[in-house]
Amino acid sequence: MEVKRRTRREFIRNLSLMALGGLSIPLLISCAKGYSKDEIEEFLQKQFMEMTEEEKKRVIARLERQYERRYGRKLRISTKEALPDTLWGYGLELSRCIGCRRCVYACAKENNNSRYDRQLHWIRVLQLKRGNLINLEHSEHYYNPDLVPEPGFTYLPVQCQQCQNPPCVKVCPVNATWQEPDGIVVVDYNWCIGCRYCIAACPYKGRVFNWSEPNIPTEEVNPSVHYLGNRPRLRSTADKCTFCIQRVRVGRYPACVEACPTGVRKFGNLLDPTSEIRYIIDRKRVFRLKEDLNTEPKFYYFFEA
Amino acid sequence: MEMLRETLKETWRFYRKTLVVVAKGSKAYYLWCLFLLTIILIGFKFYLQQHEVGLIATNLTDQVSWGLYIANFTYLVGVAAAAVLLVIPAYIYQFKPIKEIVVLGELFAAASVVMTILFVMVDLGRLDHFWHMLPFVGSINFPGSLLAWDVIVLNGYLLLNLFIPIYLLVKFYYRKEPNWKFILPFILISIPWAVGIHTVTAFVYNGLAARPFWNASILAPRFLASAFCSGPAMIVIVFQLIRKVSAIKIEDRALFKIAELIAYAMFLNLFLLAAEMYKEYYSDTAHIASFKYLFEGLHGHGHLVPWIWAAMAMNVAAFLIFLIPATRKRLSTLNLGCILIILGVWIEKGPGFVIPGFVPDPLGEIYNYIPNLVELMVSFGIWAVGALMFTLLMKVAIPIETGEFSHSKYQQAGASSGLH
Repeated sequence: MEVKRRTRREFIRNLSLMALGGLSIPLLISCAKGYSKDEIEEFLQKQFMEMTEEEKKRVIARLERQYERRYGRKLRISTKEALPDTLWGYGLELSRCIGCRRCVYACAKENNNSRYDRQLHWIRVLQLKRGNLINLEHSEHYYNPDLVPEPGFTYLPVQCQQCQNPPCVKVCPVNATWQEPDGIVVVDYNWCIGCRYCIAACPYKGRVFNWSEPNIPTEEVNPSVHYLGNRPRLRSTADKCTFCIQRVRVGRYPACVEACPTGVRKFGNLLDPTSEIRYIIDRKRVFRLKEDLNTEPKFYYFFEA
Repeated sequence: MEMLRETLKETWRFYRKTLVVVAKGSKAYYLWCLFLLTIILIGFKFYLQQHEVGLIATNLTDQVSWGLYIANFTYLVGVAAAAVLLVIPAYIYQFKPIKEIVVLGELFAAASVVMTILFVMVDLGRLDHFWHMLPFVGSINFPGSLLAWDVIVLNGYLLLNLFIPIYLLVKFYYRKEPNWKFILPFILISIPWAVGIHTVTAFVYNGLAARPFWNASILAPRFLASAFCSGPAMIVIVFQLIRKVSAIKIEDRALFKIAELIAYAMFLNLFLLAAEMYKEYYSDTAHIASFKYLFEGLHGHGHLVPWIWAAMAMNVAAFLIFLIPATRKRLSTLNLGCILIILGVWIEKGPGFVIPGFVPDPLGEIYNYIPNLVELMVSFGIWAVGALMFTLLMKVAIPIETGEFSHSKYQQAGASSGLH
């Protein structure tokens, strides 16, 4: 009896030791194999707004190295801050939109969005039967005729509405998204945990998710990027339209504004009384999508005729 | 010094004996554990596959961005909250038969909370960024984000539901009367806390104006009512299994009492659903779209319709079974009612709640989401983790409760610790 008890005890002790040893071997191997210094730094990277200037520089240098390895191109990552006395606003004239989706593809190209196996778009153009505008349940997202516009239809392009009271920012559990002083809602892709609460909270479907590893053909990579905007994304994080933050902060128009063949897209500083967007708000009949939700979009739709 | 050595020796003995208790069991026990381990391994293999390529491995899209994982999460938060149903009568009303089993109920809640946490983890895109959510270390958006609230209340609930039963079991182990003055405040706080975890989880959805299906103030009460059906129904079944395979005595009277409470909860659940249906169908605004998608199909898309009507039928049938004393107090019909409720509420509060919130999406698009094999297998794996965890906890807790496994001075040196 005594002997039997001892052997059983030893057996169990040996078994647990063996189990512990077995578990620690793969751990030890992975540690020994080691992560590169860049990978460890990436893991430990702070939230963007909490970084000092020095830390930002380090992070940018590292990201530029990593992107060069990945895409074979040298990218210039800007961290340019908001211009003073600026609040960006957007105008879109609905009566002349022909639904050609040139804005959609110009946007994807400018902003380094994934091209295939979940092609990623920040702009969606909805085709609506004439007589509909507010109830989007009757909209068609995947219309594909040979020629647009089709008679009997109107077109409603929708992208992030840059809410002044953004639900997506409120719900983020880790402060990975926030509103910049110039009103643009941005995401720190390296801080996002991929919970997709912001996607559930957005009433405009303004956010998309990188379901797979982002992919851009090397020759199509746009090398002029902003940290909070169009730099190539991380897999399993959320992103969204930033009014082309990389462009508008250096005095250029967003890519969609430039791409529109009918010139229905307008852009400017809401705080500047002489800007085009202020002219539109003051003189045209403007409306904003889902105003009843109190999100205060800075995206104004209007009609010329 | 001598005392310290004595304590260490006793602690070592406890761990050693625990291992023995866990490692020894009947053939059925080994088979059950092996079965669960197999499912866990398969689930883990599928999770690795998802981890490798990202969430593209699932059927989730930008339209329906939460699916089976979050559905299971929501359901299990309710199951975990149901421990309160056992705590209230046991401690407040000193209801004798339930008091004996409340420790097991709380460990049941702990295993459920572990499952909810796992379901959130597998749904997270960036597990490597998980530390960003830790208070003080990362940057948790508290009190702004309801998801941050959920992380805090769920972990708090887990700690409570481990601490209370462990404290009581230690006292049982030493054959001492628990210090009620010390532990009662924790027990009392766990009652509103249980209501809290499910309310917060309801508020996670409730606060989104973008999703009319969830943006109804009746949501939190509905969550609680359905939770008080599914959780106790599971416990009634589990307790019958426990008394069959162990020495612990659970009286029928206790089971019938729980069943009676389920009947009230199910009545409330059906009433609240009816109230919501009335509002949606009579006012008949554009916000009814998700309801139509769920209950009758929308623009020809209706793959959830058979599921929700099956759930409705199961819930009503179970309500009738638990309402009538003759069927409530017969074990065969009681168990049938429990199984109907477990399945019915899972459909209603799981996929039947999460998916229609996303359909149609805010721009009117309809995407028919059905979970794929990866999501199914990972989910089964997590359920198996919960079941295994609960099984092992029971394997140790039950002999302590029955006094078979206690401090060395109460046990003869040669006494067998063997259990079934």
